[in-house]
This record gives sequence, structure tokens and C-alpha cells, in this order.
Amino acid sequence: MLKHFRPALIFLLIFTVLTGVVYPALVTGLAQLLFPNQANGSLMASANGNSTGSRFIGQPFTGPGYFWGRPSATGPFPYNAGASSGSNLGQTNPALLDAVKARVAALQAADPDNKAAVPVDLVTASGSGLDPHISPAAAAYQLKRVAQARHLSAEKLRELVAEHTEPRQWGMFGEPRVNVLMLNLALDALH
Amino acid sequence: MTSNSFFQVGLYVVTLLVLAKPLGWYMARVYEGEPVGLSRILAPLEGLIYRLAGVDLKHEMRWTDYAIAMLVFNLLGFLALFALQCLQAGLPLNPQNLPAVSPDSSFNTAVSFATNTNWQAYSGEVTMSYLTQMLGLTVQNFVSAAAGMATLVALIRGFTRRKADIIGNFWVDMTRSTLYILMPLSLVLALVLVGQGVVQTLKPYQSVPLLEAVSYEQAKLGADGVALQDANGKPVMEAVQTTQQVIAMGPAASQVAIKQLGTNGGGFFNVNSAHPLENPTPLSNFLEMLAILLIPAALCHTFGVMVGDTRQGWAILAAMTLVLVALILVEVPAEQSGNPALSALGVDQSANKAQSGGNTEGKETRFGITNSAVWAVVTTAASNGSVNAMHDSFTPIGGLVPMWLMQLGEVIFGGVGSGLYGMIMFAIVAVFVSGLMIGRTPEYLGKKIEAFEMKMAAITILIPPLMVLGGSAVAVMVDVGKAAVFNPGAHGFSEILYAFSSAGNNNGSAFGGLSANTPFYNVMLGIAMLFSRYWLAVPVLAIAGSLAAKKVIPFGPGTLPTHTPLFVMLLIGTVLMVGALTFIPALALGPVVEQLHLLGVGPAKG
Repeated sequence: MLKHFRPALIFLLIFTVLTGVVYPALVTGLAQLLFPNQANGSLMASANGNSTGSRFIGQPFTGPGYFWGRPSATGPFPYNAGASSGSNLGQTNPALLDAVKARVAALQAADPDNKAAVPVDLVTASGSGLDPHISPAAAAYQLKRVAQARHLSAEKLRELVAEHTEPRQWGMFGEPRVNVLMLNLALDALH
Repeated sequence: MTSNSFFQVGLYVVTLLVLAKPLGWYMARVYEGEPVGLSRILAPLEGLIYRLAGVDLKHEMRWTDYAIAMLVFNLLGFLALFALQCLQAGLPLNPQNLPAVSPDSSFNTAVSFATNTNWQAYSGEVTMSYLTQMLGLTVQNFVSAAAGMATLVALIRGFTRRKADIIGNFWVDMTRSTLYILMPLSLVLALVLVGQGVVQTLKPYQSVPLLEAVSYEQAKLGADGVALQDANGKPVMEAVQTTQQVIAMGPAASQVAIKQLGTNGGGFFNVNSAHPLENPTPLSNFLEMLAILLIPAALCHTFGVMVGDTRQGWAILAAMTLVLVALILVEVPAEQSGNPALSALGVDQSANKAQSGGNTEGKETRFGITNSAVWAVVTTAASNGSVNAMHDSFTPIGGLVPMWLMQLGEVIFGGVGSGLYGMIMFAIVAVFVSGLMIGRTPEYLGKKIEAFEMKMAAITILIPPLMVLGGSAVAVMVDVGKAAVFNPGAHGFSEILYAFSSAGNNNGSAFGGLSANTPFYNVMLGIAMLFSRYWLAVPVLAIAGSLAAKKVIPFGPGTLPTHTPLFVMLLIGTVLMVGALTFIPALALGPVVEQLHLLGVGPAKG
């Protein structure tokens, strides 16, 4: 055993330097050179240079004039991007049903005339608690409410939503989706 | 399943199988010491490493030396990672000033990463400094994978050598795995992932303004920093408003790449690959998922090339692929079917052009049902354990499939190296069983399988179930075990069973509701991980040594061919039979009962 101790120690040191220092430093250097925006969190900025959040990190919205995103299970407040978390509620847990019930009620209270069934992603918490997207169905469900609150024509708003709807990547990967923060930023920019 | 579902699944499986051949061939050349394209750059570095360590490239080891070298190397790696976590508060590259990790959590995490399990009882972004992530976790991501690959290569040499007492040099096999295979692939994958939006920076966490301020309640702290309590002993809450969002950052891409390629699975952030900055787009998701099974699939071909009969490798790959695809076809519809109780609340769970529908609790919109369900199968078929959706919130059947895949012993692809050596153990059992049936001495690849090999193979197959069922049994009998459960009823038992299935097979995924960061679970699961890694690797090396010493028997009329569809079925049958007989009673108490409750049978709903 002792004869293996010395090589073991030296190999651990060598690989700590190679894979723990050289490799991450190389990736960091190349990443900052080739993709500086993505490597630093894909932050967006307004025309006057102020930061407006990350295109990949959702934000909480509760006002009737904004599109709402996925419910978030992060604590102590939703969309806490410093502590990602899902709800981990099981499908037979009564707490899950209670939470969904409350979310359906909140959506209906904000838009009493809307009798449509609620798209499921709008009332279930995302995996990360930071999901930046909702389904196109969830955007369509909220369209009338936002249009009313903003005194916009539904037609015009539908166009704006369509502009912010991403299809499947390369036409095949993943699911179609709407980036909620970017859509809401565009809404604010209309005025 | 929608037609797009079938398309995405098909594209994934075909891409994986297409890539297996060239990579498998490349790895065989690397392990046989033949020159490859990268040799021009890496050979001088490789030579320098051996000189520094005083290792002779040509000096091969007996199986006992090989095993001891691996164990000593792993022990030192464990100690280094343990120390790094305990000391991180005083070390550099800790921009968020994170405190030292507790000793029991450090023990659990150090074991977890050294054994290629990457079970995580901690939340990455609130626990680990950048230094710990890079110098500790990333390093073990590489070397634990390399140690698994080295063990496999030693076993393969056991089949190819005749009347030999040496099976290779552990240091050489490990160095080549890291330098020629894991590092180049990781570098390329990491950069592509950054291009898609995975962060890679040493800057501290970034603060950005919220478009709409958010109000919430938090416990009020006294002047001494301790939460205040009212007369009834309840915490005093205060209303707070925040207009800022702090976004966790870090050198994530470099770790995410190797976490997938090395079947490690430890997330940089708490929610692993569900985190938008760890897996931002459907393309990054496809590539990460491909990386999970890439090396385990390709190693099957490496095996075929090295034993001089590529059909042997394809037969094993076929067995793995058939089980994988069959379980994907169970998993996706299970998650797509959603939760009947939600439909009653006026929720639309149907799949259509505008939404993926199904059970979206704990899933990300960009991945939808298909990519979350396929990932769950892939990550537990391999001993990867990274997640892109919260398995705890899956439907009962959707949770049963990943749990059972782990319980099969992580041999359906499994870990890099460890998956294939585990599958070869089952192949040995399969030829032994068929040998009994036809009354011939069992042989595999020209080597006689005798009592010693069977005993060792039996150990490797029996240790994980012992850890899983024994550990779960202890946990449900003690209060500290039960107190950690989050969801009520049968699902709570599933959380415990899942945790021990994961640790006891070196997978690392979790039903995350279980509060596993307690001294009880940190120690119990740590022990399960240690046994399941080394009580498998050492017997495998013992078989390698024993086989290498035997002569090769020529293929005769009485030999069972091990490359035919018949053998593929026999191998699948052996794996499924052992997995089913061992675990059906436990699964019946967890996910099966829960599925009946979900469908409204029995005294559920509260």
C-alpha cells in the first residue's frame, strides 16, 4: 500500500492542477473571449444602458397589466435567483391541489370574464423556480386581461406575443415558448 | 405521445448510436497505447506526468496492486475534497463569503463525488465557493470517471490475456482516460454550452432590477441576528419589499460538461440542469442528454474492439438500448397523462400545438414533457443522476421507472466504465445459468467461468440491493429517518426508497423533498455509496486477475455464442429478473400504491 501512496499523491496534485485549475481557467478565458454576454448570465440592457435582467432568468409578475410567468417555489420570495428550487410536491399531496386551486382562483379573480380552462403550466411550479418561459397557450389565456389593463387592442397585443414566441429550436428541439420578461419589457416599451 | 415526441426520442437514440462507433474505436486505440490525432499535443504532457510521478509506463500491475492503487488514490481524493469544504471560508475565490460546510455534509459530499455518485444533500449556489466547485468537485468529476473507465479496461484485459498475472497499469489507464477522452470532450462541450447561455465566470453574483417589485414576509431578526419570537413562541414576521434580483453565477459550464460526460451528475446549482443558467435551451438540453450516455455507449464498442470481436460489444449495446427505449415509451406517456385531480379544477392538461400539457409540476417550459421524461430515463439508466425536472413531482409511474432503472444495478449504460463492467457481471451470470441449462461448462469470450468468478459476480450483484433495501428498512424504522420525509403517504416512503436506490447504485438523483442534509442521512447514504462503489470495483478486478491467468478455450460446437439475439434476450432477462424479483415488494409499497391512490382507488385524498 505504501508504495502506491507517493504516486497517488502526485497524481492527485497533477490532476487537481490540470482539471481543477487549467481546464476551468481555459474554459473561462475562451468563454469570456468568444461569448462574453452568455458567459456572464445573458444580461439585457435597455437603450440607456440600464440592466433589465437576464433573458434566461424569469421574474415574478402579479399586476394585471403584465403577463404572469410560471409559479415559483423559491424562498423566501418567488424567482429568487440566488436559491433555485422546485416545489417537490408529490402528485397525491393535498398541498399540491390546494396550491393549484389558489392559483386558478387568482387568475380568475384577475380576469372574471375568462371561462376558459387554465393551461397547466400557468398553475404548476417550474423545476428551477426561475423558468423564464410560459407556453403559448398560457400567454393566449392572459391576452384579454393584459389588453384591457393596458387599453390595447387584442389584435395588437396578439402580434406582440407572436413576436416573442420562440418555436422549437431548429424546428425540432424542445417546446414552443414565450419569454415572459422580454414580452413584458416590450409591453412597457410600447408607451 | 405526440409525433414530435417520437421524433425527438428517435433522433436522440439514433444520434447516440451513430456516435458510439467512432468514439468507441478511438477509446480502444487510446487504451491500447496506439497513436491518435491528439497524441502530438498530449503525448509529451503524458510523458511528463509519468516522469513527475515516477511511474514506468511499461510496468503493469497484478490485480491486487491495481485495486490498491485505485483505492489509495480515491482515499486521498476524498480527504482533499473533505478538507476543502471544511476550510473554504478562509480560502480565496469565495466571492459570496460562504461559510465552511458542516463535517457530516462534507463527508457525504466527498464520498459522493469520489465514488462517481454525486448525490447532493446541499444546494450548490448557497453552499459551495467557486474554489470548492473547481478545485474540489470538478477534479473529482474527472478522476472518479477515469477510475471507473480504468477498472473496465483492466477487466477487458482479463479476457484478452492468456496465462498472464498482470492486467495493466492503473496510473496509465487513468491518465489516458482523463487526458485523451474526458478533457478534450469536456472542453468542446463546455464551450458549446456557454454559447447557448450556460454561465462561466469568476465574478460574484449579479444583482439586476425587478420590473415589478415583489413583497413578501420574512422572519424578523433581533439586534443579535437571532429570529424574534412572540409570546406564543411563533416567529415574528415582517413585510419586506424587494426591487432587486440577485442572480447566482460561477464557473458552471466547465463543471456541467464533465458532470454529464463522466456520468457524475452533480449540479453546479441546486436544481441541477433544470436551472436556466445550467441548461438554458432545448439544444443545450439535447447535448447534455447526449453527453450522459455517449461514453457508456461508446465503451461497448471499445470492449468489442479490444476483445477482437466487435459483435460482442454490439450485443451488449443492443441489450442496453432495448431496455432504454422500452422504458422511455413507458415514461413519456406516464408524464403526459398528467394528474386526474387537476382536470377537476378546470386545468387544461392536454397536449396541443400551444402547450405540451401533461404533468408540468417541477418541469421547465422549454423542455416540456418529452424532454423531461426522456432525461429522467437517461439519467437513471446511466448512473448520472443530474435532473432537468424534479423527480419528486413526477407521476407515480413516472417516478417508478427511474427508481427501478437505478435498482437494476446501473447496468443499462450505467456509469462510465462501471456500467459496462456491471453488465459484464450479468453476462457472466447469464452464461453460467445457460451453462447449467445445457449441461456444459460456461465460457465467456473464451474464458472458463468457474466458482471464483461466480462468487465475485454474485457479490457485485447482491451488494447494491443490500444497501438499498437494508438502508431503506433502517430509515423507516427510526424517527430521524422518517422526520426527513416531505410528502405524506406512500409517496413519503418512495422518497426514502429513492434516496437509497440512488446512493446504493451510485446514481445521485433524488426525490428532492427528502431533507437529506442531516447527520443520519449524510452518514447512511455515504456508507451506501462507499460499499456500492468499492465492493463492486474490487471483485471486478479480482475477476480480471483470475481470467487473465486462464488459457483461452477455442470456440467449439458446445460453446454458447454471446453475440446473437438469443443471448441479448438472455442478458436482458437476467438483468430484469434479478431487478424485478428483488425490488417489486418495495416498489409495491411506494409508487404502485400511490398510482392506485391517484386513480382514486382506496383511501387516498388526504
